[in-house]
Amino acid sequence: MHTIRRAAASILATSLLIGTAACGSSDDDAGSGSGSSDVTIGIVELNLSNPFFGTLEKATEAAATAKGWKVMKSEAKVPGDSATQVTAIENMIARKVKAIVLDPANPTALVDVVKKARDKGILVVTVNATVTPVDAADATFATDNTAAGKLIGQWAKASAPPSPRIALLDFDLSDGPAGGRHNGFLEGFGITDKDPQIAGEALTKGTVETGQSAMENLLSAHPDINLVYTINEPVAHGAYTALKNKGLQGKATMVSVDGACSGVQDVKDGIIGATAMQFPSKMGELAVAAAAEYIANGTKPKPGLTDSGTVLITDKPVAGLTSQTSEWGLQNCWGEK
Amino acid sequence: MTNTADAALLEKEEDHGGPLRTFIGSQIAGPLAALILAIVVFGVTTSTFLNADNLSLIATQSVVVGTLALGQTLIILTAGIDLANGAIMVLAAVVIGKLATDGNALWALVVGTLVCLVMGGLNGVLISRFSLPPFIVTLGVLSVLTAAARLYTDSQSYPISSDLLTILNDGPTVGGISITYGVLLWIALTAVLGYALTQTAWGVRVYAVGDNRAAAALTGIKVRRVLLSVYLTAAVVYAFAAWQALGRTPTADPSGYSTANLDSITAVVIGGTSLFGGRGGVVGTFIGALIVTVLANGLTQAGIDSLYQQVATGILVVIAVAVDHFVRTRQTR
Repeated sequence: MHTIRRAAASILATSLLIGTAACGSSDDDAGSGSGSSDVTIGIVELNLSNPFFGTLEKATEAAATAKGWKVMKSEAKVPGDSATQVTAIENMIARKVKAIVLDPANPTALVDVVKKARDKGILVVTVNATVTPVDAADATFATDNTAAGKLIGQWAKASAPPSPRIALLDFDLSDGPAGGRHNGFLEGFGITDKDPQIAGEALTKGTVETGQSAMENLLSAHPDINLVYTINEPVAHGAYTALKNKGLQGKATMVSVDGACSGVQDVKDGIIGATAMQFPSKMGELAVAAAAEYIANGTKPKPGLTDSGTVLITDKPVAGLTSQTSEWGLQNCWGEK
Repeated sequence: MTNTADAALLEKEEDHGGPLRTFIGSQIAGPLAALILAIVVFGVTTSTFLNADNLSLIATQSVVVGTLALGQTLIILTAGIDLANGAIMVLAAVVIGKLATDGNALWALVVGTLVCLVMGGLNGVLISRFSLPPFIVTLGVLSVLTAAARLYTDSQSYPISSDLLTILNDGPTVGGISITYGVLLWIALTAVLGYALTQTAWGVRVYAVGDNRAAAALTGIKVRRVLLSVYLTAAVVYAFAAWQALGRTPTADPSGYSTANLDSITAVVIGGTSLFGGRGGVVGTFIGALIVTVLANGLTQAGIDSLYQQVATGILVVIAVAVDHFVRTRQTR
């Protein structure tokens, strides 16, 4: 009976428990047996459920092992799981790694542990996202998500019907990239959060099924929605299913960010109007190059954000905006084709 | 209270017979009142909530978690808990999606069902045979299966094109309201499980085991066998949930439904089933799942920040648990 009672009481804490109990030891099994002359670097990623982070991690690891380095890896278990990342960095400090490539789950939660690492002479660069303040890390190699959002915002403005009714399908806006894209889109479109052209806004978890539910709910209230901003391509795909179920496919233009091969395929199929392609492999390679420079001669990289680039992918180009076709996109996309 | 033993026994039997009905009735009454209240509030405050289209949408949106929650109800009735049900469903869904991409959809569905049965059976054996606590067993299985689904798919999702796999999203239109086969299946499963729980000897045993395991064993009930049967039955229900998920969102996504386990527990609790076992039922869970969807749908339509959906749902969970506690302490005095 005690067990049952404890179990029942723990339900509220379950999400926490899953996070901690599932904190496997992927950082313990890597990098073992490194001699004192060997270089080990740490890679701290977000949860790998999203192929984007898997691509980024693999590219970073490949670039590092190509240099003959050993690699310690750790991943957050769920989105926003900075606790696992803090522990991982502490372990990496203890292991005396030379550099850490970090994809921060939270802009502020990791600042202290990053400082601890840097105080020990470890180079810490972030990829994909920044920490706040941005100079808390040595450098950042990431998509300028505000610029990415702005690109699709400008494209949407040029392609939008005369009286736009906008749906915003967001991810938790405290997340750096999510907030950047959201603000960038609004800026590119030339409106603010309170603009009456925005029919509705809903949070998703960045997945297909949450994108679908959010779009269904917004469509119920506002069947006249004709422009949909989505935080990423899985959400756009789910939103398309919602539109299709109502027979509204083709009535609404969708824009997104990512450039995964499945998303570019959706551009080619006319499901997504335009998407801003990111280059996760390039982020990882830039980060490793910076680490190599530091390890070789102590030169630190240029502080602040180095943009790993964004390319607008669309088959309906608009005047004044440089873009590439979905054909080009399929050659340069990431993830499984 | 009467003085003669016979009369006392008679009264006790009545407690188990007649008043049981009203008891179940009253357990559904709370959730039903909450559902009606929510519908009225959203119906008044938004112009679109009570549209036929929106009402059918609410039912459609409820089916995946609603179906999972039916299996969860069986397990919670035995004073257990299943944290792995969402992960079992997702693993089955990606197995079905991947197999159907290269082959026969029916065969894929059969294999997916087997995956559920094996995983449910594993939980059931560990819990019934080795008397391990369900919370920990299913927590471990959750962790393993979440990773397994990603390893199996390399974190990619599989688009579903087979008509058989997406058929649950189709369905007839009755009086202007479209009803999907998925919703009908959900209703049918609720009816079948409701019947099994209230009208069969198996159902009596399930309640008895959940109410007081030692007492149930003393009356000759094979507690382990009942527990195993519950986990296996729930596994079959999860297989239906996987099919529902593929119909609703035609993509087998290993990162989808990551909170479906907690959502299903939420639906069960709001539906009035006691986490201490032995009290509640699937009809309440059906209503509980609808309440959660109505809140998400209605608050989105009212233009209220999505985070308040979680606040509202959380408050309902606490109220439901408090009501359960009140009922239980009054019962035992």
